[in-house]
Amino acid sequence: MKQQKIAAAAVAALALGGLAACSDSGDASDGASGGKQESVTVLVHDSFNVPQDLIDKFEKESGYSLTTTAPGDAGVVVNQLILAQDNPTVDAVYGVENFSVQKAVDAGVFAPYTSDALPASGADYTLDGAVTPIDQGDVCVNVDHAWFKDQGVAEPASFEDLAKPEYAKLLVVEDPAASSPGLAFLVGTIEAMGEDGYQDYWQSLLDGGTKVDSGWSDAYYTDFSGADGKGEFPLVVSYASSPAETAGATGSLDNTCVRQIEYAGVVEGASNPEGAQAFIDFMLSDEVQASIPGEMYMYPINDQINLPDEWAKYAAAPADPIIADPAVVAENRDTWIKDWTALYEESGK
Amino acid sequence: MALPVAFLGVFFVWPVVAMLVRGFVGETGLDFGGFAEVLGQGRTWRIIWQTLWMALAGTAGSVILGVPGAYALYRCSFPGSRALRAVASVPFVLPSVVVGVAFRALLGKGGAYEVLGLDGTTTAVVCAMVFFNFSVVVRTVGTMWAGLDPRAEEAARTLGASPARALLTVTLPALRPAIGAAASLVFLFCSTAYGIVQTLGRPGYGTLESEIWVQTTTFLDLRTAAMLSCLQFVIVALALALSNKMSNDVALRMNAAVPRRVGRADVPAVALTVAVVVFLLLAPMASLAARAFRHGDVWGLENFRLLATSGQGFTGGVSPVQALWTSVQIGLQATVIALVIGIPVAIVLSRRTRGAARTGQRLLDGLVMLPLGVSAVTVGFGFFISLRNMLPNEVMVPLVQAVIALPLVVRSLVPVLRAINPRLREAAATLGASPLRVLLTVDGPFMARGLGLATGFAFAISLGEFGATSFLATADRTTLPVLIAKLLGRPGADNYGMAMAASLILAIVTAGVMALCESSAKTQDVAAPATPSPMAQTLRVSPRPT
Repeated sequence: MKQQKIAAAAVAALALGGLAACSDSGDASDGASGGKQESVTVLVHDSFNVPQDLIDKFEKESGYSLTTTAPGDAGVVVNQLILAQDNPTVDAVYGVENFSVQKAVDAGVFAPYTSDALPASGADYTLDGAVTPIDQGDVCVNVDHAWFKDQGVAEPASFEDLAKPEYAKLLVVEDPAASSPGLAFLVGTIEAMGEDGYQDYWQSLLDGGTKVDSGWSDAYYTDFSGADGKGEFPLVVSYASSPAETAGATGSLDNTCVRQIEYAGVVEGASNPEGAQAFIDFMLSDEVQASIPGEMYMYPINDQINLPDEWAKYAAAPADPIIADPAVVAENRDTWIKDWTALYEESGK
Repeated sequence: MALPVAFLGVFFVWPVVAMLVRGFVGETGLDFGGFAEVLGQGRTWRIIWQTLWMALAGTAGSVILGVPGAYALYRCSFPGSRALRAVASVPFVLPSVVVGVAFRALLGKGGAYEVLGLDGTTTAVVCAMVFFNFSVVVRTVGTMWAGLDPRAEEAARTLGASPARALLTVTLPALRPAIGAAASLVFLFCSTAYGIVQTLGRPGYGTLESEIWVQTTTFLDLRTAAMLSCLQFVIVALALALSNKMSNDVALRMNAAVPRRVGRADVPAVALTVAVVVFLLLAPMASLAARAFRHGDVWGLENFRLLATSGQGFTGGVSPVQALWTSVQIGLQATVIALVIGIPVAIVLSRRTRGAARTGQRLLDGLVMLPLGVSAVTVGFGFFISLRNMLPNEVMVPLVQAVIALPLVVRSLVPVLRAINPRLREAAATLGASPLRVLLTVDGPFMARGLGLATGFAFAISLGEFGATSFLATADRTTLPVLIAKLLGRPGADNYGMAMAASLILAIVTAGVMALCESSAKTQDVAAPATPSPMAQTLRVSPRPT
């Protein structure tokens, strides 16, 4: 047994060395902010991106060093908030979206905060002061203009058109159980067709040949004819901002647009609530708001901010998108997804 | 032994149990009633059936193509056979994210196999399973076949048996243990596959693993997820038990046969194998490479140039080059941890024991193999629930990857250590060597032989690990597979091209590291010849990153 003890000791020494190496590298990345600055930790979705010079400025002016942790998309962010509720390790959160925000609010994970910097255009979306809207986007059906021109077919204009046999076979959508634009589109169809009518509507889509992909990139880059993959489907569920990429070769159907709103909030029980509030004010500052289209492909919540030229030209925000009631979505989301999945699985037989 | 057991206890058992407890403990206390509810749903059985069906099909395909492959690549010698063997061993260590991307490039619109219409079908998933596991069968069966005494078959032929009859009545029965061991391992890998099911299959037609993912991440229904995890674990445990039983009666007598030149009778097997390697293994890799070099409509290195940038919008700062560097650092840390824990475990498991010590060995063996059978989602979420407050993320990621790599590290070391004649140790001790000295001078050189391979696998698994890492990695320490998945999920034509180029680089790095480690193991093999059992060979090619 003696040799095992020696081996174990050697192993322990090595393990400590390994762990030390890990934490060294961790410190190095945090160390830049230096000093014994108080830090503010923010849970963000994995699309979070703010220019480094603005972050530097925030750290200098507020006196807090900013640490972000990005475990996944908006859905994962909400899950982590709820799972970690009893013992939060973050001060603020950014990236919760309107289809799951109510669930988190109801679970009591947010401490109320209303920022002085909140613009008038965001005032209606605070869910009674629990959260702060930061940016918004729209999930819309995108059209490949060239395809319809070449085929001499008129472009569809509404949800009703999409379910017609001549259009249903041209559409590719995303699985609402796995994809956030997929869920937004499902909610859009429910808002448009009603709770009683949406299943029949989807039955027509699926019977008509609408394709369901597991994620947005599969749908857009592989199956959509207007993007890189030159796929077979000239209609795809994507974003209102996507046409900014194609310089007008594609466009979005304004009547199918469903609004996504992304929120920030102070976490209940945070160790640094003042820092969390400072972060939210920072996200609403004109500079960060102006950086949002270029950095995160969303529209700023502040409608006074000018959009980049290409956006203004090809991807202006739709005038009258569907805006779902977060409370209704929170109550029905799981049922809707499960019912849709059942319908879809049944249709494949 | 306390350290490895404590390690697994803290970094594996605790997180998984915490996750299961969270699922089973309802508001009214411990609640197993949900089992009846979940098992009462037709959908659950459909998912179980789907999981089993795909895994069985993937296993059957791998065996049917792999056995002739083993013959052609290990028994025959023909121009290019070495190169084919090298190509055949690459897919197994490729990250599943990369394989999904490669198959879609091949089967989808504009791909070489578009006409087959397999895009988004379960057949595509089964093909990808065969792609991954062909080499498991080829290596396991091949090494045994190469060592098979040819005289039995020759005798049968001399006595008038046709080649087919000799194959069926003499050779295949002799190979049965190796085929069985390989098949049950392939089944194990197929039944827990996540990445390829998710990227290639039809959404909604999930397996247990992908359903656990949906229940956890979409619905936060930890109760259902915990129950499905248990069901999956039962299936995996059965497969493992079968695998161990099959390999226990493996005969160890082997003469290394020299591969012979191909004769006319060998042509079908060789032709089939060449076809499999070219059309099933090389084609997806080639189509991935083609996509990587095409930016928009222009061929060139543009996608690779972009890897130093963080892409268009959305990408969260870290460039693929930085992520690759992070992956390599984390990979090294995970490899060190896995070896540090794995080596003492392997030493203990390799000792010949009986009685209570034997039982202890079996328990330890089971404990070490457990991470193979537990969903990466469960492990990742479990880490989050249990260890989040105690450890910084930078430490959690290498730890979780080390846990996932551990079964393989141990299994590639045990057989080489077991090959040591115990009398060598006794003799050394009798001559006055201290136990430490025995360990260093007797076990050491043998250990070094297995170490190359163990290191290679640990590093390759860590480089490709996706499931658990994606839950735990912080934005500034994102690994390359996680970044590739993110790039694929985001608008921007540059991002797509970058994902292709980054996938190609990840594939090349992983395969390169593996080749390096394996060639070092081979040179050492020549210096210290010994005969590892087929099970050892099987487990050398153990779990791949999910």
